Amino acid sequence: MSTTAEATIDVRVWRGGEKGEYQSFAVPRRDSQTVLDVVTWIQRHADPTLAYRFACRVGVCGSCAMTVNGRPRWTCRTHVSKVIEDGRVEIGPLANLPVIRDLAADLTPFFEKWQKAEGTFVPSRTRHEPLETISPESPERQAANAAIECINCGVCYAACDTVRWSPEYFGPAALNRSWSLVNDVRDAGNLKRLAAAASNGGCHNCHSHQSCEQLCPQGLNPTASIAGLKRRTMQAYIRGEIS
Amino acid sequence: MSTQPHNTAYRSDRLWLAAMVHRVSGVLLAAFLPLHFLVLGLAIESEGQLDSFLQWTKSPLVKLAETGLVLLLAIHLLGGLRVLVIENMPWRNGQKRMATLAAAAAVGIAGVFLIALL
Ligand code: SF4
Ligand code: SF4
Ligand code: FES
Repeated sequence: MSTTAEATIDVRVWRGGEKGEYQSFAVPRRDSQTVLDVVTWIQRHADPTLAYRFACRVGVCGSCAMTVNGRPRWTCRTHVSKVIEDGRVEIGPLANLPVIRDLAADLTPFFEKWQKAEGTFVPSRTRHEPLETISPESPERQAANAAIECINCGVCYAACDTVRWSPEYFGPAALNRSWSLVNDVRDAGNLKRLAAAASNGGCHNCHSHQSCEQLCPQGLNPTASIAGLKRRTMQAYIRGEIS
Repeated sequence: MSTQPHNTAYRSDRLWLAAMVHRVSGVLLAAFLPLHFLVLGLAIESEGQLDSFLQWTKSPLVKLAETGLVLLLAIHLLGGLRVLVIENMPWRNGQKRMATLAAAAAVGIAGVFLIALL
């Protein structure tokens, strides 16, 4: 054991459901430590009843997002050194979603809104037809690719005040997905999708705050996707394709 | 002890502030512009009143208030242009710089107005 006092982080972790309180833990500071490492340390060494969610630990599955010092983050890829303020880290569940317990938020509304936004692929060919050849260089494919690497982490949804202020709003992730499919030439569901995008919960709610774009861990730009939807729904409306 | 699981530090981010300043400037304009026109309308109902009104507009307080109105107008106009560019032109990076430039330009316009008034 070292004789010098070990450096620790002053961690405050949300305990409870919608109502609860922050509980303090002193967690040993390590090199290259991630916020998920901190949460895991607490669960293993201080309180095994702490509820939180993760799976891959390498930024692929999108299940580890939490609110860290007031901003939503993917905790497995967020280094403590990046977010620590005056030796303190405050960790809560993702915002704009019901709290199940402690750090676990219920993502059901988030995924329901993907469905409402028609965020599912609608094939235009059956399995008996030959595969469509798509040039990776075509502008449509590039537009679809720009929005496609979403890991469904919910960070943008938690960062969006429009979601907070109008609960029916689909939110950045669902609309970003919608935009990806709108640009997918293989998809046959666009009229329904554009009608959904133009509906009450749709793209015209967005105020272009860009909190989603600033915080998306995948570097995606839902603001730009939603702006694309705003233009495309307007065109469809003028052409009389949607009402 | 806190009963709220989330705090909202992201609201101090520059682009969030830009959106909020744009919004608040709109609300303030909606509140003060009609007042401005009302005063103007009342003051020019008769000639004598116009003279005393013109005298009144020379007071520093009125000059400051008018500058404030110009600042609000400039903020709201430039903020609106910024949103139009974001939503209707191909995406460009450097949004934070754009927001800062818009704010600086609005303050500049109001400053020039104030100097011209003095
Ligand atoms: S740009 Fe639109 S979707 Fe993104 S945070 Fe702002 S309001 Fe929400
Ligand atoms: S768009 Fe980005 S922040 Fe939003 S869910 Fe997808 S990966 Fe997460
Ligand atoms: S645990 Fe999979 S993305 Fe963080």
